[in-house]
Amino acid sequence: MLIDFPFLWESFTALLKGIPLTLQLTALSVVTGGVLAVLLALMRVSNKWWLDLPAQFYVFVFRGTPLLVQIYIIYYGISQFPELRQSWVWPFLRQAYWCAALALALNTAAYSAEIIRGGLLSVPAGQIEAARATGMSGFLLMRRIIFPQALRQMLPGYSNEIILMVKSTALASTVTLMEVTGIAAKLISQSYRPIELFICAGAIYLALNFIVARLFAALEYALSPERRPAPVSAADKPEKARA
Amino acid sequence: MDYLQLMGFGPNGWGYGMLAATGMTVAVALCGYLIGSILGSLGAAAAFSRFMLLRGIAGFYTTVLRGIPDLLVIYLFYFGSSSVISGVAALFGAEGFVGAPAFITGAMAIGVVSGAYQMQVFRGAVLALAKGEIEAARAYGMPSFLLFRRIILPQAARFAIPGMGNVWQLVLKESALISVIGLVEIMRQSQIGAGSTRQPFSFYLTAAALYLLITFVSGRGFRLAERRAMRGVRRAA
Amino acid sequence: MPDLANTPAVVLSGIRKSYGEHEVLHGVSLTANEGDVISILGSSGSGKSTLLRCINMLEVPNAGSVSIHGETIALDQKPGQQPRARDNAQVNRLRAKAGMVFQSFNLWSHLTILENLIEAPVHVLKRDRKDAIAEAETLLARVGIAEKRHAYPAHLSGGQQQRAAIARALAMHPSVMLFDEPTSALDPELVGEVLKVMRDLAAEGRTMLIVTHEMGFARDVSTRTVFLHNGVIEEEGPPSLVFRNPRSDRFRQFISRDEREAR
Ligand SMILES: Nc1ncnc2c1ncn2[C@@H]1O[C@H](COP(=O)(O)OP(=O)(O)OP(=O)(O)O)[C@@H](O)[C@H]1O
Ligand SMILES: [Mg+2]
Repeated sequence: MLIDFPFLWESFTALLKGIPLTLQLTALSVVTGGVLAVLLALMRVSNKWWLDLPAQFYVFVFRGTPLLVQIYIIYYGISQFPELRQSWVWPFLRQAYWCAALALALNTAAYSAEIIRGGLLSVPAGQIEAARATGMSGFLLMRRIIFPQALRQMLPGYSNEIILMVKSTALASTVTLMEVTGIAAKLISQSYRPIELFICAGAIYLALNFIVARLFAALEYALSPERRPAPVSAADKPEKARA
Repeated sequence: MDYLQLMGFGPNGWGYGMLAATGMTVAVALCGYLIGSILGSLGAAAAFSRFMLLRGIAGFYTTVLRGIPDLLVIYLFYFGSSSVISGVAALFGAEGFVGAPAFITGAMAIGVVSGAYQMQVFRGAVLALAKGEIEAARAYGMPSFLLFRRIILPQAARFAIPGMGNVWQLVLKESALISVIGLVEIMRQSQIGAGSTRQPFSFYLTAAALYLLITFVSGRGFRLAERRAMRGVRRAA
Repeated sequence: MPDLANTPAVVLSGIRKSYGEHEVLHGVSLTANEGDVISILGSSGSGKSTLLRCINMLEVPNAGSVSIHGETIALDQKPGQQPRARDNAQVNRLRAKAGMVFQSFNLWSHLTILENLIEAPVHVLKRDRKDAIAEAETLLARVGIAEKRHAYPAHLSGGQQQRAAIARALAMHPSVMLFDEPTSALDPELVGEVLKVMRDLAAEGRTMLIVTHEMGFARDVSTRTVFLHNGVIEEEGPPSLVFRNPRSDRFRQFISRDEREAR
């Protein structure tokens, strides 16, 4: 099969126009979802059943159902209730943009909460004990000992989650939003040339995800000085580098 | 009409329709999952191969398919195979767009995407194997295929269960996207019902409950399988 | 047809092995005759494990040759390339004759102890399953863990695991046995039970090559002692001779340090 390069270029420039919306949806949902996730994670590790249980239920529901259902419930489902149409939320929830952003945020909150919880639990009990032995407790213990370690521990998982979110914004196209996938779908059904459009849109997503992954790798490196090779002084260089 | 009547099995109820759609969801997810297992094991085998080209192809496959939205892949498969079919139909004098069968294209798309994830699961499972146990098998003269079949596979299968469970959940949820190409599974059926009764909330909430039920039950199943398979393994306390 | 009574069990000649630029063995030659119990001593990093692993091709030497019962393993040793065994079938056949016991036991964790013992006899040697089970039970009784036959390795103590691993090696009817620090991963109170099993094997007249840090065992049980230092053999001879009268200064230091530590 021959690939038509002028068409490829034309598609590519058309798709580029969808990037701002893709990025906006990602950023909006990651930030608001992140705040909710921290709350949920703290509820999960609180050791109080009346905090833990609701958080567990939230995570169970949002991880156990497809994102598409969540988007549809918010975008189409809410209009079933006349009361809601009168309330202050309607100006927002009437718009696909806010519905998609809300669904994405609620969704990522569930997944991120588990990542954050994993990070919090990964801090060895001995280190927490040692901190308590020096008299630290509560917020200080969280801030100085637990959180810095948990943060590093959960970075790889969280970077994955953001990449998943970039991909998930594609579902916004099902409620009429013209982000990258929305534009691609429109162009495919106009031109019947799925392969070229797939290559262009795919390349855009891969590039976005590559940037996210690099940023997080850099952040992880910056945050973990003790895992880098120790600085080598001239005196204790190994005699011979081994292959 | 109240909710129970709406989702019931009476003359105006949507119960049978939703039930059939649930069956369709499970069927298309299962097919996609199986296709994914085949692709995933081929990919993992390629990733451990001696040949750089095979390793490169496997790496490319899993990176690309885990990096782009599933929806795009579904569009590619649907419109790609449709344009081939339309082209063939045009040869016989038919005109215009002929849609590809939604079940097969949907299962293929899910298969290709989930294969990329399953490949990672298999790879991780093999890497989790204690190196010494493989060495012991070599030291006893086991040829490579026997070594793979008797020592690596049973253990890797065990290590792979949790990851395979995750991929299964992913596939179930991904199958909802097949509704965009017209397969009447849970999502599509709910859209149809929501459109004709003007009760979208009731339908999508039911859809959510059905998905929750399937993910919950199959999650239990995987947990059980994991517990059975982990006999004989020391657990970190 | 080689005369079995007079062909040595293992002949290593001129073995060299490098990892990248770094040569670990600089031409080691060693012959183990039928019934020899050779203990291989040396400080950490001297190449003992590497040497042992060259015998059954877990490491393929860059130069030199290995013969087991008169059969020389065919090797491709081209300069500038990774050395390779030419014939995998030959390697597997010879490996089945050399039972290896590892420092870290390496029992297959998905199989019970009994299944560990019959795995290779049934699938590599194609022995009858029933016979293999009967024999495995005898072997387990012999090493004193008959009652553990249906347990998984993770549920055994280190000493029990190592005795199971020795039984697993014996189940192959090996004509030579290779031990790589079989007691080093064990708690001191468990070392004795494993050494006792090995003593019995030596008394049966089995051919054994043993890398060990147990000086007492080397002195009392082995018929010959080899001291490896920086990839060459520095001292070799019957233990009664070399321990009393070391020719090499390094070996003298090595044993005196050990005696000091023992006190
Ligand atoms: N796979 C490998 N890659 C690179 N270097 C290796 C490898 N295996 C061993 N070496 C190096 O070869 C040298 C000899 O290793 P070997 O394991 O044979 O020592 P050893 O005498 O058995 O020591 P120990 O008593 O600690 O077991 C060491 O310097 C080691 O670092
Ligand atoms: Mg060693």
